Amino acid sequence: MLLGVRHRGGDYSAVSGALSAMLTFLRDRKVRDILWQAAATLVTVAVIWFFVRNASENMVKAGIASGFRFLWRDSGIEVPFNITGYKPSDNLLSLLWTGIVNTLLVSAASIVVATVVGFTVGLLRLSRNWLLSTLAGFYIEFVRNIPLLFFVLFWYFGVLAALPLPRGSYDMLGVIFLNRRGLSIPTPNDVSGLRLALLVIILLVAVQYGIARWARARQARTGRDFPVWPVGFVLCGGLPIAALVVGGMTTTWDLPILRGFNYRGGFVLVPEFVALFAALSTYTAGFIAEVVRGGIQSVRQGQIDAAKALGLTHGRIVRLVVIPQAMPVIIPPITSQYLNLIKNSSFGAAIAYPEIVAVFMGSALVSTGQSIEIIAITLGIYLVLSLSVSVFMNWYNARHKLVTR
Amino acid sequence: MTHTSWIQFLRQRLFATRVDAAITLVCFYIVWRVSVPLLQWLVLDATWNGTSREACRGDGACWVFIRARFSQFMYGQYPVPERWRVDIAGALMVLTAALLSWRGLPFRRGATIASVTVLPLGGLWLLYGGFGLGIVETREWGGLMLTLVLTVYAGLIAVPLGILLALGRRSRLPLIRFASVVFIEFWRGVPIITVIFLASLLLPLIMPDGFDVDRLARAILGLAFVVAAYMAEAVRGGLQALPEGQAEAAQALGLGYWRIQRMIVLPQALRIALPAMTNEFISLFKSTTLVLIVSLFDLLGIAQAALADPAWVGMNMEAYVFAGAIYWFTCFGLSQWSRLREKRLQAAHGR
Repeated sequence: MLLGVRHRGGDYSAVSGALSAMLTFLRDRKVRDILWQAAATLVTVAVIWFFVRNASENMVKAGIASGFRFLWRDSGIEVPFNITGYKPSDNLLSLLWTGIVNTLLVSAASIVVATVVGFTVGLLRLSRNWLLSTLAGFYIEFVRNIPLLFFVLFWYFGVLAALPLPRGSYDMLGVIFLNRRGLSIPTPNDVSGLRLALLVIILLVAVQYGIARWARARQARTGRDFPVWPVGFVLCGGLPIAALVVGGMTTTWDLPILRGFNYRGGFVLVPEFVALFAALSTYTAGFIAEVVRGGIQSVRQGQIDAAKALGLTHGRIVRLVVIPQAMPVIIPPITSQYLNLIKNSSFGAAIAYPEIVAVFMGSALVSTGQSIEIIAITLGIYLVLSLSVSVFMNWYNARHKLVTR
Repeated sequence: MTHTSWIQFLRQRLFATRVDAAITLVCFYIVWRVSVPLLQWLVLDATWNGTSREACRGDGACWVFIRARFSQFMYGQYPVPERWRVDIAGALMVLTAALLSWRGLPFRRGATIASVTVLPLGGLWLLYGGFGLGIVETREWGGLMLTLVLTVYAGLIAVPLGILLALGRRSRLPLIRFASVVFIEFWRGVPIITVIFLASLLLPLIMPDGFDVDRLARAILGLAFVVAAYMAEAVRGGLQALPEGQAEAAQALGLGYWRIQRMIVLPQALRIALPAMTNEFISLFKSTTLVLIVSLFDLLGIAQAALADPAWVGMNMEAYVFAGAIYWFTCFGLSQWSRLREKRLQAAHGR
């Protein structure tokens, strides 16, 4: 600005006039915005072009093929643990699929356990009992301040490798056996009974959903209460268990039995799976516990006092006042913890659990050498997962903002 | 605590009801059953002195193993006659941190700038060598020293990059905003393991022929990019918490964009974002363990490698407990420091 004033006041020579015209031009915000962005784009494109050129030159020199045709080639890679029926004579695409399934398998199992343990520990942290809340605090601080890779290695090399041989297995009810070779569980020979049970459960959940809607509408209309929760416990808890038991009894099971030096029959969850599952679920539980504690503490004391003043019982305060207000605070960060867990299942590569990174970014990359394509596919899979989770979170946040405020 | 308040505490927090009392007793029993054998193994029955495995006869931990391997846990394969350089670098780091946290330090601003620009280069010179010092290749680095190198250097790249990305994400300019969002969401969306893989495989490929990126530098870059993306989100939280009026008032005074950010917005936003940024820093410290995947042996990697030593078979627990304890105390210390700072700041603002 000072510069401009001086020019206007000084001599009007052609040179300084042009200079000042250019300076005024540059002082225009719109012009500057466009110039800045053009410069940034130019630099980015130049850098990317530089990298791509080097990469293609280097690949030609090293004789690395490009394109995605390699996906249909035979993989020749052994995967000791799979539920997809994959064989080494299958192509690389089915190897990738096996990796994805293994990732999802260990993630799903860990998410269930991490949620249960996390909610329990988080609630215990808020317990009035000093010893309970201190112990929960110890758990949280212990788990959160140590790297996950430490836990994965610890479970694999420290705990599972120290377990007894099959002969001295720990057994649960004589059907599940834990030893150095993994966890042997029974499998159903015939799933039709269980399938029926599953159908019944879905039906019951639908009925419960209908009842809950009807009861809420009736209460809004007439003020009359309906015991939705006790009915729900029977419909969604008791009857499904009964259905499963009946379904399970009509099914014959393939039980693990000790033959010689090992267990035959049933299904063996390899030690890599057990170690990764144990590490992921206990580690993530610590983070979920903190989320749950924070969410419940975010409900203001005044809300609880008001509910007490209205004469609600303790259970109803928790159910009708605390949980509905805590859940919108809890669910988004928990979802991102789930996403973290799925991403962290890649730690399995460190102990050779055959998930995406280990079988695809590891074995397949070594055998084909097509690093760019393989890296792109692997990252793409994780990105799709992450983006779908964040889409869900945005949707959930938008919905609950409207409801609560 | 006085006598009566003790009794009150017992009554209200441990034995309020019969159920409560039962829970307390059960918990106490479990704690007793776990902690006594643990204490015996860790301390009472443990062997502390000796030179070889034969010294460990008791049922407890064999800390002789840690003693024998201690220098490896700290320095990795760094040549013994050169280890004084690591010591000096470490001492410099601690000294700088201590000096900078002292508020009355003269020329504090200049010292801070120097310590994040000149000092890291000096540290690199000390550790790697050249200019009169013998060169120690990075493949010989290891142990706690490597963990700290990874954390410090990745952090030094990630913090400024993260701040720029956070500003970029809130920029007026749509292209800059778009680029920042893409960068942040990309690195946040993929597991760190894949990024370290990616860095170690792709960096040699995309660089011109004959230009070799050091293996350690690749890992640092990979870590730094991911952490920068997370750091950016932490900083954005601080930026969002700042009232619009601050930047508007500065604009009304005629300050330009960079001056507003540097003098008005960032000093306040970073103070708000500091706890979140410390958390990201702790995550970074924990994530450095992943370099094991590209055969760099940090503290955890060295502990893992030590298990393969035939002279010390079966020392898994000792190695894990030692490495785990270092990680735990560092992370816990950092998070406590951040909590303390937050409390002090809140008290200062009278909130």
